[in-house]
Amino acid sequence: MYKILKKEIMNEAVIMMEVDAPYVAARCEAGQFVIVRLGEDGERIPLTIADFDREKNSVTIIFQVVGYSTEQYAKLEEGDAFDDFVGPLGQPAPFGKWNRVLGVAGGVGSAPLYPQLKKLSEMGVECDVIIGGRSAEFVILAEKFAKFCKNVYIMTDDGTLGEQGLVTKKIQELLDAGEKYDHCIAIGPLVMMKFVVATTKPADLHTTVSLNPIMIDGTGMCGGCRVTVGGETKFACVDGPDFDGFLVDFDECMKRQTFYKEEEHACRMRNAAN
Amino acid sequence: MANMSPTKVPMPQQDPDIRNKNFDEVATGYTAEMAMEEASRCINCKNKPCMTGCPVNVPIPGFIEKVAAGDFEAAYEIITSENALPAICGRVCPQENQCEGKCIRGIKGEAVSIGRLERFVADYHMQNGKKQELNIEKNGKRVAVVGSGPAGITCAGELAKKGYDVTIFEALHKAGGVLSYGIPEFRLPKSLVAKELENVTDMGVKIETNVVIGRSLTVDDLFERGFNAVFLGTGAGLPNFLRIPGENLLGVYSANEFLTRVNLMKGYKKDAVPTPVKVGKKVAVVGAGNVATDAARTAKRLGAEEVYIVYRRGAEEVPARAEEVEHAKEEGVIFKLLNNPVAIHGEDGWVKGIEVVEQQLGEPDASGRRRPEPIEGSNYVIDVETVVIAIGQSPNPLIRQTTEGLETQKWGGIIVEEETNETTRKNVYAGGDVVTGAATVILAMGAGKKAAKAIDESLKEM
Repeated sequence: MYKILKKEIMNEAVIMMEVDAPYVAARCEAGQFVIVRLGEDGERIPLTIADFDREKNSVTIIFQVVGYSTEQYAKLEEGDAFDDFVGPLGQPAPFGKWNRVLGVAGGVGSAPLYPQLKKLSEMGVECDVIIGGRSAEFVILAEKFAKFCKNVYIMTDDGTLGEQGLVTKKIQELLDAGEKYDHCIAIGPLVMMKFVVATTKPADLHTTVSLNPIMIDGTGMCGGCRVTVGGETKFACVDGPDFDGFLVDFDECMKRQTFYKEEEHACRMRNAAN
Repeated sequence: MANMSPTKVPMPQQDPDIRNKNFDEVATGYTAEMAMEEASRCINCKNKPCMTGCPVNVPIPGFIEKVAAGDFEAAYEIITSENALPAICGRVCPQENQCEGKCIRGIKGEAVSIGRLERFVADYHMQNGKKQELNIEKNGKRVAVVGSGPAGITCAGELAKKGYDVTIFEALHKAGGVLSYGIPEFRLPKSLVAKELENVTDMGVKIETNVVIGRSLTVDDLFERGFNAVFLGTGAGLPNFLRIPGENLLGVYSANEFLTRVNLMKGYKKDAVPTPVKVGKKVAVVGAGNVATDAARTAKRLGAEEVYIVYRRGAEEVPARAEEVEHAKEEGVIFKLLNNPVAIHGEDGWVKGIEVVEQQLGEPDASGRRRPEPIEGSNYVIDVETVVIAIGQSPNPLIRQTTEGLETQKWGGIIVEEETNETTRKNVYAGGDVVTGAATVILAMGAGKKAAKAIDESLKEM
């Protein structure tokens, strides 16, 4: 059992939990993920690692309530426990020799981006971050990024915080203003990452994206998480989750994400009825 | 006097039209009377050829004699002196190529049904046997076993019996490896797997789930934590794909994913569990091994109306157990042999059909099987909504990528010493599918046993 040490509700749809997980905490690196499971017949859900504390043996996850299982997780309180919490899975984020990096986060994508930029800044890399959200409450971790990022740009769809507009608008502005970055790391909804790449590619600003496709085991066994990168099939769980954004077939990723749309809908309906 | 009936006592089983709609076990098992009658067909011949066909050397005529005499507990003792998982082997071993394939009764008629008798004895013991008090003297030495499938369980059990302190590390949330995630309930009930695992934990073996060796811990970490030897029984878990157009369409599963959703994640309970599985009305399973027949029969049980096995070679080359092929056909699975898939067609991102080209058999290839060659212009499309790829698995790369000095074959299999199953790393042993590539439960068990013996011989000196 993996005990929840701390729980914080970040907004109506996003929850943070710090979980006792010694194996994961001891070895995890920025960019890796865990798979959690709750209940006798619970499904296995991959969640990115938002932070970790090697001394406390704890790992922080931040997740969005999007379906049956995450709704169940949201009901857990401090002192409750997950049945399974396995990791760290995936490859650590692939860092290059960079001096200046632009991070771009959309919604809950701030969570996996945070440990990556934190690590880079510890390595002496200058980081700027653009955080996007539907409205003010969906912009998360801004204060935490502010601790080590030189510039924190906030973009909201409705203008309730920061500037109104999409993250791509800010990227374009920065590029047009002649800002130079060695690399961009974009994590958020697939459609956001697709358009970030469409913005950074013409400027030849190399961009890493983090994929979170449907998977079961997270160790290379099911092959459900296959993605096409540079014309080759890769397994996001063992080859990723971070990939060269210029090479990812986002349209295929988006299509594959809809595999169980019907079932998810039916499941939510049943859950609502119970 | 031996019972000279040329045929086996028939196995009671569920009617095909009923069983292809449920996940209960297909064969319901011999009664005591049936078992005694079948056992009396063994003529207790001098050379015991059956034993030479058994990868773990079960004293077959000895246990059969006890069954014939009605002393089932004594029979159980004899089997388990060499085989820790009789309820499993009795069900999933390819007996026709092993013990039964060598039985002299098979020359004029059918072999003695050794598999069914083994199963009967194991089931009898589970229902009626008493748990034995185990008095194992611990020797203070520690062994880590990676993977809780047949190779790992066997190795762990053998070492625990000798007094070693054994911990099994399992990556998934449930122990059993392929016995849990792969082989379906109707062929191997999971309650049996749980009981066989319990026998191992009763001997003091600890099982730690949710630990991925190569990620959560490395092989080197295990030695640092005080283990004196490591056995790698991580199987062949990485699914192979065909590398044909359309494989990433929605509706294409690896057999691993399809079966894991149904078995491990209990997708067979349909609406009662949150892990979904999509089966559609028409399904093509590519490949014809046991995994393929498992997937095809599972699809049928989940409600698919038409299920095809698409295989590029001919009937003689089909690698699945004879019984599985027969059961699959009885249940309505259609075999499309000598059909090689060349593309999966889609519409709006979803599978619509699988294009195959008919084959003819040419000269034998490197595997000794006749090489299938395409008949030009014979392409046609089978309309399906789901495609399950069951063309084999390779070893998972996580351990070889994170263990220095561990040499592997080009295709990923770990290289071991023939005699001891020791790898190129000292005190690291390996066995089962991770060494041989996807094979059988019993061969993995044999390897686990061999490694346990070698580990004991090596550690006993220290």
